[in-house]
Order: sequence, then structure tokens, then C-alpha cells
Amino acid sequence: MSDQPLFSPRNPWFGISVGVTAAIAVLSAIAGLIWLPLAQPNLKLAGVWDAICSAAGVPRAAVQEAGVKPDFKTSNVVMTSEMLTKVDQVSIGRGATLAQRCAICHGPQGVSDAHSPNLAGQFAAVTYKELNDFKTGARVSVVMGPFAAAMSDQDMKDVAAYYAYLPRVPSDNLDTGRAAPAVVVTGAPMRNIPPCGSCHGDIDNKAGSPWLGGQSAVYIKAQLEAFASGARRNDISQQMRNIARRMTPEEIDQVAHYYEAQP
Amino acid sequence: MLTNRRLIAAHFWLAFIVFGVALVLGAWQMFVRSPLNAWHFNPEFYYRSVTAHGSAMGYVFPTLIAMGFGYAITEASLEKALIGRRWAWAGFFLVAVGAVVAMIPVSLGLASVLYTFYPPMVGNPFYYIGVVMVVVGSWIWVTLMVTNFTIWKRENPGKPVPLAMYANVAGSLLWGWTAVGAALEILFQILPVALGLKSKIDAGLARVFFSWTLHAIVYFWLIPTYIAYYTIFPRAIGGRLFSDAMARISFILFVVVAMPIGVHHLFADPQVGAGFKFMHSVFTGLVALPTLLTVFTICASAEIASRLRGGRGAFGWIGALPWSNPIMLATALSLVMLGFGGAGGLINMSYQLDAAVHNTQWITGHFHLIFGGAIVIMYFAIAYDLWPHLTGRALDSFGLMRTQLWLWFIGMIVTTFPWHYVGILGMPRRMAFYDYANPAISPQAFSVAMSAIGGFILLLSGLLFLLVLIRGQFGVRGEAGAYRFAVPLHMPARIPVALNSFGLWLALMVGLTVVNYGFPIAQLMALKETSVPAVYVGAGR
Ligand code: HEM
Ligand SMILES: [Cu+2]
Repeated sequence: MSDQPLFSPRNPWFGISVGVTAAIAVLSAIAGLIWLPLAQPNLKLAGVWDAICSAAGVPRAAVQEAGVKPDFKTSNVVMTSEMLTKVDQVSIGRGATLAQRCAICHGPQGVSDAHSPNLAGQFAAVTYKELNDFKTGARVSVVMGPFAAAMSDQDMKDVAAYYAYLPRVPSDNLDTGRAAPAVVVTGAPMRNIPPCGSCHGDIDNKAGSPWLGGQSAVYIKAQLEAFASGARRNDISQQMRNIARRMTPEEIDQVAHYYEAQP
Repeated sequence: MLTNRRLIAAHFWLAFIVFGVALVLGAWQMFVRSPLNAWHFNPEFYYRSVTAHGSAMGYVFPTLIAMGFGYAITEASLEKALIGRRWAWAGFFLVAVGAVVAMIPVSLGLASVLYTFYPPMVGNPFYYIGVVMVVVGSWIWVTLMVTNFTIWKRENPGKPVPLAMYANVAGSLLWGWTAVGAALEILFQILPVALGLKSKIDAGLARVFFSWTLHAIVYFWLIPTYIAYYTIFPRAIGGRLFSDAMARISFILFVVVAMPIGVHHLFADPQVGAGFKFMHSVFTGLVALPTLLTVFTICASAEIASRLRGGRGAFGWIGALPWSNPIMLATALSLVMLGFGGAGGLINMSYQLDAAVHNTQWITGHFHLIFGGAIVIMYFAIAYDLWPHLTGRALDSFGLMRTQLWLWFIGMIVTTFPWHYVGILGMPRRMAFYDYANPAISPQAFSVAMSAIGGFILLLSGLLFLLVLIRGQFGVRGEAGAYRFAVPLHMPARIPVALNSFGLWLALMVGLTVVNYGFPIAQLMALKETSVPAVYVGAGR
């Protein structure tokens, strides 16, 4: 037995197994790469080589069609999960100085008494994105627009770093025992609403989603309504507009008060 | 003779402990997402649990069984002590430590990426490092199996390698090659991102690498079961194996065609061309062949045993089989589940039908029936058969064993039949929450509840199984004698060299991999701009 050669034309096992395997491979390649694609008229193939390339998955340039351009500005910020997550002391220091002018509305410690959003402890990437959107006009605000217009890219990074560095302060309505509304934990699958918590913390935090705990209920409600009506449209790929449009007014009210009561 | 009993027993015990823990998680998952549970938990726990359950059941449990059984086969069939005992222990500890290293971040919620990794999701690096350790531990086993096989052949020129060992080495070679895909994915795609060296990942390429592993891994799980069919079952029921050559050909077919067909897991993925999907489908069809051969050979072997015991008639012989023997029972139940599962598999492998069941609960129902059912029930049988030889004590709670096996079978049918059905109704898999109050979903509620009950039956059966093994550790002492495998009806003194070696089959396996995977992988590697930003899970709150 061990004196029998294995890889040799004299060994019938060798010839038959290699032959059968190769035959199946070749036949299935001919069928899959040539015959089946050519049998499909809707593929509009130019010939055999075209069929092979198409069936092998070689990408083809998509037909260039003029896309519908929105008549408003969209955000040009590209979010990634590690954006601005590295702490930079110099940046925080500069940010502290720059933030003096924000204090009148957002509070000296980044906590507002005037239903302007609390910025203390907000993720730097979030603050940075909003400032950018104010500057480009993707998010419209007569108050914030002029401030942002005067800021350089580095200024915005610094202010964002400073606010991220400040400790979060719970609101006066803190109530950690409050039960989470269903839409926060489970979303509403049949309306295509994912759980709020799957992006805004508690369950997971996704890039660019702000921390909502302790935020003023009035502010949260106003923003959700703005997303729903389309008055605010700087959310990338309509992530929040698609959700807010499908929320009921009661749900909006519930989540606003729920998040205000969270730390 | 089994020399290294502690080594073998350690593998089996660790395997079954991991199995027990993962089984509890499985039953919990079934319950929480069913209408029996009023919704009141954090859905993130569900994904943690599925990641832990899938990784434990998919990577750790069957690997340990294959390793432990492989060592037992080596010593018993070659009739000599294992060469490389220390290496074997090193492999065992790598698997054990790797399992713990992987499970810590999963339990902390830092790696809820599910056992298929799902890039561009990326979790804590220790999860992947743990998985790699498990794989490396198993590669030590692969090397040892090949070494022992080669040395024995050199010492016994001209003699056929015993079937059990031949099949065992086939399984180890298949695993050695198929694990390369996931290893490439983890080492070159995922780990650099998880460690923060890169922030983008080529999710399409990563999925192609994973598919390289994903199909043949199921045959790696299956091979101990098939070895038990061929080499334990006929002996245990007092018969003979119908054909030694047929058995070898089945294992060879697994080696050659089980791996280059993984793209059937990517039917719905855009990054692989339709032509390659078709080629993989064709070879997927071929892989049914060894299973058909096996079913035929095993039924023929059962008939031989029955006729030896006086069974007669065209079907009357079935009644004369030794049904009170747990191995007989387990094999029969396993074949029934294999039949149903195989029928479902034919649906999954057809491109058009698959579109209807893709990513639905049908898929989870399918692999639980085949893997959890047909395969795992034979793992139980292997343990029952081997235990007296490992402990040196009698294992005689036969009534308990039969109850356990029946419960596993009934539990598996009650769990998976409704599970398939809700899949056809469109229920997606891998979701923590279903709103059964919704009129569109409420028709599924009853079936989901039923399969949750099946889950508890399985849990009960699993506990009974552990009870039988524990009782076995305290039974009356008695030497079980040498561990033997089934003898074929006709054993030729000489067999063709192709049926006694692997060179040719490995060449075909690698060749087919190049043909079926070469272009899709090369193209995805060459294409620019195919990477996307990673999505880190369990990141800062
Ligand atoms: C009490 C018995 C079991 C129950 C109730 C159970 C239940 C489950 C559930 C609910 C899932 C998640 C499915 C989804 O989210 O779509 C799952 C996943 C899984 N189960 Fe089981 N299981 C059981 C036993 C087993 C056994 C015995 C095995 C194999 C040995 C196994 C292997 C797996 C694997 C590999 C996954 C991964 C699923 C994925 O990530 O897609 N399970 N199981
Ligand atoms: Cu597969």
C-alpha cells in the first residue's frame, strides 16, 4: 500500500478524483459566470467577457444621474466614533477662555437656567458638530449663528473640549426612580422607532448622539417638535427626523420629562 | 487502552460545564423574548447573553469535545499512548484560559457583537484575543493528531489506519484549514481596529473571510457525531459496520467539499458576485452526498445487527433492534433530527428560497435542530459510551439515560418546529424585543411561547445529563476493559493508498479553495474605498 504511488496517473483514485472535481468546477464556472448571466435579458450584457465580469462581481461605474439637491444646507460634518475622544489639556484651557461669551446663556458651569441646553459634560464631538452646523447654516438659530460664524475650526474644538471636561450637573427635577417610557427602552418596532437608549446612552452610545440626562424638558421637547416639523434638519441622514415624525405628542412629552429627571 | 484518562476526562468535563452554563443562557433568551415574559429588562443583556451563548456553544463546547474524543480515539484505536501529552495539556489550558478571557468583556457588556463578530461592529479586543486563544489551542490538537497518525503509519507500514483514527484526522485537518478564515479576519481586520490602530474596517472582506470558516465549522462539529455513527453505534448494538471504504469516502468528501462552499452564507451580501454564489451552491449540493452515504451505511449496519439478533422481515427487523440501549436510542433520534434538519438545509441552500428565510428565526431553528439536536445528542452518546473507561466505574443509570435522551429529542422538536414556523411568518432573528400586542405580530405569540417551553425541556434534559455523568463518577468500581470500535463486515487486509492518506485530498481542498475563493478575496483586497468606519459597541456612556 505505501509502495503504491499516490500522485500518479497510474493511481486511478488520483485521476478520477482530480478529474471529477475539475469537471464540476469548470462546468459550474461556465454555468455561473457565462450561461446564467447571459440568460437574463435584464442584465443588458454586452458579451461573454461582460457576463463574466458582471457575475464575478467586478464593480461597474454606476449610471451618473443628477441627484435631487435639497434646497437647504445639510450638515457637512463626518462623524466617527473616536472623533474628539482624546483629552487635550491645552485645548480645554483655551476653550475655558473662549467659553466666557457663552456663559450668559449656557451658564458659567455649562448649566443653563434659561432652557438653553446644558453643555457641561456633553460629548465633545456633539458640541463640535452643532457649532459647525450653526456656522454653515445647516442648523438655523439667530442667536447661535453669529457666534459660530466668528469661530475657527480650532475654536470650536476647544470650546467642545472644555464643555466635555466640565462635570455633568443633574437638574432640579432629578428623579432616578422614574420609570423609563417604553419608547426609551424598546422603541416602537412597528413604527420603525429604535429605542432612544440605544444611541443616547443607557443601552449604548452611538457617535454624535448627545447625552440627554438632565437636559431641560422644554428644550428637548422643542427640538423633537422641530425635527418632526422639519424646522430643524441638520441631523445626518435624517436620523432624528425619521424618529421624531413617528412619535406621538404624548411620547415626546414623556421622553422630555424622563430625560430631564435623569442624571 | 486509554492511558491519558485525566486528559480526556478534563476535556469532556470542561466541555459539558461550558455547555451547562450556555444552556441556561439559551433557555433564558428563549424566555425573555417570548410573550411569557412581561417586558422589563435591558435589551443589551440579551445581546450579551446571545454573544456568550453562541461563542460558548459554537466555539468552546464542540472544540473541546472534538479534542477530548480525538485523544481517546488516538489511544484506543492505535493501541498506544498519545505522543505529545504535555502539548495536549498546553492546548487544553489555552482553550480554557481563552474562553475565560473572551467571556469577561462579554459579561461586562463590552463585546456584545454576537459570535459571528458582525463587523463593522467592534468590541473589546480581549474578546477576540480569547477566541484566538481557543483556536490556537485547538490547532495544537490538530498538530498532535497529524503527528500521531504519521508516526503510527511509519511504524506500521502496509497496515490500514483504523477507521476511527482516519476520520478523526480528517476532522482535524478540516478544522485546521477552515479556522484560517476567521483567524485572518480577526488578526488582519478586526483586532487592529479593536486595538485602536485603525478606525476603518472592510466589512465585506471580513465577512468573506468569516464565511470561509462558517460552513466547514459545522462539519467540524459534526465529525465526532459521524465517527460515533460509524465506529461506536454498530459495536454498541452488537453488529458490524456495513462498509469501511464507504465510511472513509464520506470523511474524505467532507475534507474536500465542506470548506469551499461558505459563500452560501453570503447569498444576500452584495460584495460577492452572483457567479461565485452559484459555484458555491453547486458544491454545497455535493456536500449532501457524504451524509446520504452515511445514512445508508448506518441503516445497513443496524439491519445487520438486527438480523444477527434474529430480526426478520422487510421492516420487522427494526423492532428487533436493542431499543433499550441508550446508544441505539440516541442514534435513532439523531438520525430523525438529521432528516428534518437536512430537509430545512436544502431550502437554505437554494438561492431563491433562502431569500424568504434569510435572517429569520427559521435559521436559528434550523441550526439548533441539526447542531443542538442531531449532533449534540451523539455527544451525549459518546460521553455515555466512554465514561466507564474514563472513570473506571460502571455507568448503569440506563433508565435515566433513556429519559434524558427522549427529553432532549422532544425538547428539541418542541423548540425548533415552532421556531422554524415563526421564521416563515417573517420573525427576524437576533432581536431582543417583539411587541406581541401588535396585530401584525400577535399570530406568532403562541408559537414563540411553545418554543420557549421546549427550551425548558431541553434545560431539564441537560441537567439530567450532568446528573448521569456525576453519578458515574461515584458508581461501583469495575474495569471496563479495552475501548473498542466497530469492526467492518469485511476488512480487506490492504486498502488503496488514497483511502489511507490525506495528501491528495488536502491538495483538492486547497485547490478548490483557490478556485472558489481566490478571485472574490483578491478583488476585495484590491478594491479601494471599501472600508467603513468601525462602530464600537459598549463605548462610553
Ligand atoms: C436549551 C436549549 C437552547 C436554547 C433554548 C437556545 C436558545 C437560543 C437562542 C434564543 C438564541 C438566539 C437566537 C436569536 O437571537 O436569533 C440562540 C443562539 C445560539 N444557540 Fe442556542 N439554545 C439552546 C441550545 C443550544 C445548543 C445545544 C447549541 C449548540 C450546541 C446552541 C447553539 C447556539 C448558537 C451557536 C447560537 C448563536 C446564535 C447567533 O448568534 O445567531 N444552542 N440559542
Ligand atoms: Cu453553511
